Amino acid sequence: MEFVRNFPFISIVLSLFSGPLSSVLNGKWARRVNYFVLCVLGAMQASVLAYVLQTKGAFVYTMGHFPAPWGNEIRAGVLEAFMALFFCIIMLLCMIGGVKEREKEIEPGKQNLYYIMTNLLLCSLLALIYTNDLFTAYVFVEINTISACGLIMIKQNGRTIEAATRYMIMSLLGSGLFLLGICFLYDLTGHLLMSNIKEAVAGLVSTGQYQNPLMISICIMCVGLAIKSALFPFHTWLPDAYGYSTVSSAAILSSLVSKGYIFLLVKIFYRVIGFDIISNTKIINILFVFGIAGMIMGSVGAIMESNIRRMIAYSSVAQIGYIYMGFGLGTTAGMIASIYHIFSHAATKSLLFIAGSGITDCSDGNVNFKKLDGAGYRNKLAGLAFTVGSLSMVGVPMFSGFISKMFFSQAAIGHDVKLLPTLIALAISTILNAVYFMKTVIRIYIPVKDTVGRENYRNIKMREDPLKSAALILLIILNFILGLNSEPIIRFIESGLKMFS
Amino acid sequence: MQLGNLMINYEEAVAMILFAIGFSNLLLQKNLIKKIIGLNIMDTATYLFLALKGYITGRKAPIVVDGVQDVAAYVNPIPSGLVLTGIVVSVSVTALMLSLTIRLFRRYHTLDLDEISLMLKKEGR
Repeated sequence: MEFVRNFPFISIVLSLFSGPLSSVLNGKWARRVNYFVLCVLGAMQASVLAYVLQTKGAFVYTMGHFPAPWGNEIRAGVLEAFMALFFCIIMLLCMIGGVKEREKEIEPGKQNLYYIMTNLLLCSLLALIYTNDLFTAYVFVEINTISACGLIMIKQNGRTIEAATRYMIMSLLGSGLFLLGICFLYDLTGHLLMSNIKEAVAGLVSTGQYQNPLMISICIMCVGLAIKSALFPFHTWLPDAYGYSTVSSAAILSSLVSKGYIFLLVKIFYRVIGFDIISNTKIINILFVFGIAGMIMGSVGAIMESNIRRMIAYSSVAQIGYIYMGFGLGTTAGMIASIYHIFSHAATKSLLFIAGSGITDCSDGNVNFKKLDGAGYRNKLAGLAFTVGSLSMVGVPMFSGFISKMFFSQAAIGHDVKLLPTLIALAISTILNAVYFMKTVIRIYIPVKDTVGRENYRNIKMREDPLKSAALILLIILNFILGLNSEPIIRFIESGLKMFS
Repeated sequence: MQLGNLMINYEEAVAMILFAIGFSNLLLQKNLIKKIIGLNIMDTATYLFLALKGYITGRKAPIVVDGVQDVAAYVNPIPSGLVLTGIVVSVSVTALMLSLTIRLFRRYHTLDLDEISLMLKKEGR
């Protein structure tokens, strides 16, 4: 069983090297290698999770066996292993859910490039989850940005290139700030490993030295990661990037890429600064305010949007607002709710994007909301999946979205100042969610009356694209598991957060 | 008092001013090439800051040539290593940004990002 300790490192290196391997293969074989690697990685993360649950403690893997202050480290606890396993599953489902679209939208002969990007992306996500070193985290943040940019612009048209450029600009602003924050923190503490920095920061706080530089460096890192994960005022690149890229890209970007940065922020809160110190600063109040603004403004943007893909993208802005609002509560319950929402949003948003593509496919490729009537009858599975995703986003019981909303409001109770704003924002946001999601669900179940301009509409059977149907069914099941069986997941998150410190 | 500190640590102040210049250029310029220049100024300012913090006056690079093995004779090599890593990262992002700029220029014959957005709106899709 000791061998399992190598798995986090092996999985990072395996996905890193399967990228270059895909570059010499043709599209079909690159795809097979990608699926195979994803399955192997999933199995590895599952065994790491089993190992950690068995030993009831996190383990540290020293790279090259150099001891702590000098060497680089990988650290795996329950939460890391569970997050990595979840990311692998969602990635696999997103990849198999969009095969047809990728074949249509990517230039022939360039298919394998897509798999290089996804393998690199998964490598960087795993590294962000497992690493115990801040500078390594920075390097993988940049790799993540570059491969995400590739995923956006693989479908070549003016829109996607412009969206990729805007995405790059915002991301680079964020990573510049993040790098500066790391440099400040390195100067103050003299360490780059998270556990060593935490000790040094605790020493600084107890002696009262360098309070202002410390706060500024924490603040800069938070702002940098908030920009990269598209918190409300920095979300302008998001609708274009998600709305016009190919389906798998949009699903992966919204459900995994931004979550990777958020998970890094959680690690910084717990493993670098210390949660007690963070929850006593005013930084979390700022995150709280912008989170609430994001919840409302994202939904307002989605209501005004008539393009269904962009509407789903705007909904992501609102959901990321939820996550930051949970951070802003500054309690462990709030963090648990936010981390649960990461899972729930990842499962739901990929479902919505893939279902959305099924709905537009049977409507002659129209993305305009007004031309989608009857789509739920033409493509039954996609209609059902979209309905499930919408109900989950709105927060109807039995679906995963309800559980996270419940945990958010439970976390807010017991907080004297932030109780009222949280509950009001949750209520308003739920109503706004219901407005745009239910509007679409009703629209896709209205029978077609006027057939002018709708001659090319066709019925799509489940058997026509079996992989996509399988992905949709599995994502629906995943959503039900998260919604009906939240107890063990919450326990994972709780024990994982305990292992963090 | 505050100003005095600023004068003593003027190198760090310069690095921060450069960072702000680069940051605001990357954020506010319309021209894509100017944005990329801003990006490079911003990254370089960070490396300047790291290099400054890593250097101690009178000490040498930690390469033993004359038999001196005392720690006090050398500077910490890690900040220089971080600068090198950072330069590699910044080169690759700059290359990616430039290639995106070339693609946009070939399609729309302008470097102004706002104009490109306007053209995209007119194309309407």
